[in-house]
Amino acid sequence: MHQLKVVQLTKYYKQAQALAGLSFEVENGEFVAVIGRSGAGKSTLLRCINRMIEPTAGQVLFNGTDVRNLRNRDLRRLRTGIGMIFQHYNLVHRQTVLENVLHGRLGFKSDWDGIVGNYTHAEKQHALEIIAKLGLDQHTYSRCDTLSGGQKQRVGIARALVQDPQLILCDEPIASLDPSSAKVIMDHLRTICREMGITVIVNLHQVDVALKYSDRIMGVKAGTLVYDGKPDKLSKKLIHEIYGTETGDLIDE
Amino acid sequence: MKPKKLAREALAAGETMAKAIPPRDIFGERRRNFFLFALLFLALTWWSSWGTEFDLWSAFASFPKALAWLGLNFIPSADSLQYLPRIGEKLLETVFVSITATTTSAVLAFALSLFSSKTTRPNAWVALVVRGLGTFLRSIPVAAWAMIFLFSFGQSPLTGFLAIFMETLGFFIRAFIETVDETSESSVEALRASGASWLHTVSQAVLPSVVPQLVSWILYMIETNIRSATLVGLLTGTGIGFVFDIYYKSMRYPPAGLVVLSIVVVVLLIEILSNRIRRSIQ
Ligand SMILES: Nc1ncnc2c1ncn2[C@@H]1O[C@H](COP(=O)(O)OP(=O)(O)O)[C@@H](O)[C@H]1O
Ligand SMILES: [Mg+2]
Repeated sequence: MHQLKVVQLTKYYKQAQALAGLSFEVENGEFVAVIGRSGAGKSTLLRCINRMIEPTAGQVLFNGTDVRNLRNRDLRRLRTGIGMIFQHYNLVHRQTVLENVLHGRLGFKSDWDGIVGNYTHAEKQHALEIIAKLGLDQHTYSRCDTLSGGQKQRVGIARALVQDPQLILCDEPIASLDPSSAKVIMDHLRTICREMGITVIVNLHQVDVALKYSDRIMGVKAGTLVYDGKPDKLSKKLIHEIYGTETGDLIDE
Repeated sequence: MKPKKLAREALAAGETMAKAIPPRDIFGERRRNFFLFALLFLALTWWSSWGTEFDLWSAFASFPKALAWLGLNFIPSADSLQYLPRIGEKLLETVFVSITATTTSAVLAFALSLFSSKTTRPNAWVALVVRGLGTFLRSIPVAAWAMIFLFSFGQSPLTGFLAIFMETLGFFIRAFIETVDETSESSVEALRASGASWLHTVSQAVLPSVVPQLVSWILYMIETNIRSATLVGLLTGTGIGFVFDIYYKSMRYPPAGLVVLSIVVVVLLIEILSNRIRRSIQ
């Protein structure tokens, strides 16, 4: 069974079509980069997987269950198994690194325990280990608004990891970072995938980063999959197609 | 061939496409818009002052004369100090009414704003109803609320409390919805995506993010409401407004001036205090 199987996934915003029937499968432990220019539908695709956006039609099977059938508690349980990382980190800026990382455990808690922030000793220990692993142990008790962009994104990664997820979805995780911080983040994502066996699906608009890090590239253009395969099979002609430029503009090297 | 190069080429191709579009004269547009706006502003002012048969210039001209009269008659004299205990007592009552009205409406408004903010609302209809309630409450001025409650509750501090409560609630609903939308949208998304429940996101993402702004609004409204409470007191015969009314109507101007002065002092004190508090919670 595939960990993730997407069948004819379609999304309309009012009249505008964002996803036009995408189908693909992702295996456990894969590192997949989704590339495409802005407005292609990458974010919509990612958010249909954990139902942060409601698909209009099609199926999203995670471990064999169609996520579109899940309600309330079951939907929350699905989401605990899927971490998410954002371009703008989406942290609670006024809280400390440790508090933000522990937010990743809320999905496992009763309403009351979550409201009062009742985390177990084991959870705190686990969070501290992850924080150390991401090189943030100097900042465990720092407020997140005092951190740099790269550090904030590492907090975002730690918050996803503390969920013990099987899959991590990353929506443009390095789009707001300088090249050296971006490299640190991408290296962490690769380590997570290789060493912890967590599947990583990452939206990128930088082709070079996608080619360097991923096992597999999916090219999205106007809501359709125009490429799905190994990075080395991705021709420059296809790259130009994905980015929507005329083949006539190609300059040969 | 290096992939980096490819991306650059794709970008360059995009640029040549953009150049084909005829350029817009945005600076000219901005100048024109500014000019139009200024014209509209002047026309509106002139039209309104004409519509009310109100002569703007003579109004400004009579200003110094009014100030002079105030200065001559409203200076608190030494023997007006005997009124101080009574003024202090009523002023305290007014301050307490404003604070309770502000804090209680803040609690209710925060709960309501969660049902209307884009990030936390359960559905669009509830959101619309809450927003409508806010607009309705705001559209009735505090003096009108005072008159409405005067019928049911007579001349009592409760009347003033309710009048201020209503107006503040309307103001807070709108302010808090905006605050929740602005400050917590992204973290709410993150928590929801990790499987947190609605109560979790509200308590762990929304609440910590909105605290400084909420406190700021509350302090601002306490200040504002002390002034409103004075006015409401005039109308409902309670608090500091009532005392002022009595002194004024019996032409005891120096103690009336003392009332005004003491209100100014209290408002200033509260402003200094709230600036301190604001700075300490960022
Ligand atoms: N909430 C929304 N409402 C309406 N249209 C949207 C919304 N979100 C995205 N879209 C549209 O859907 C298309 C795909 O958007 P998105 O998934 O954000 O693309 P990408 O992440 O690749 O930039 C775009 O044309 C965008 O304008
Ligand atoms: Mg996007």
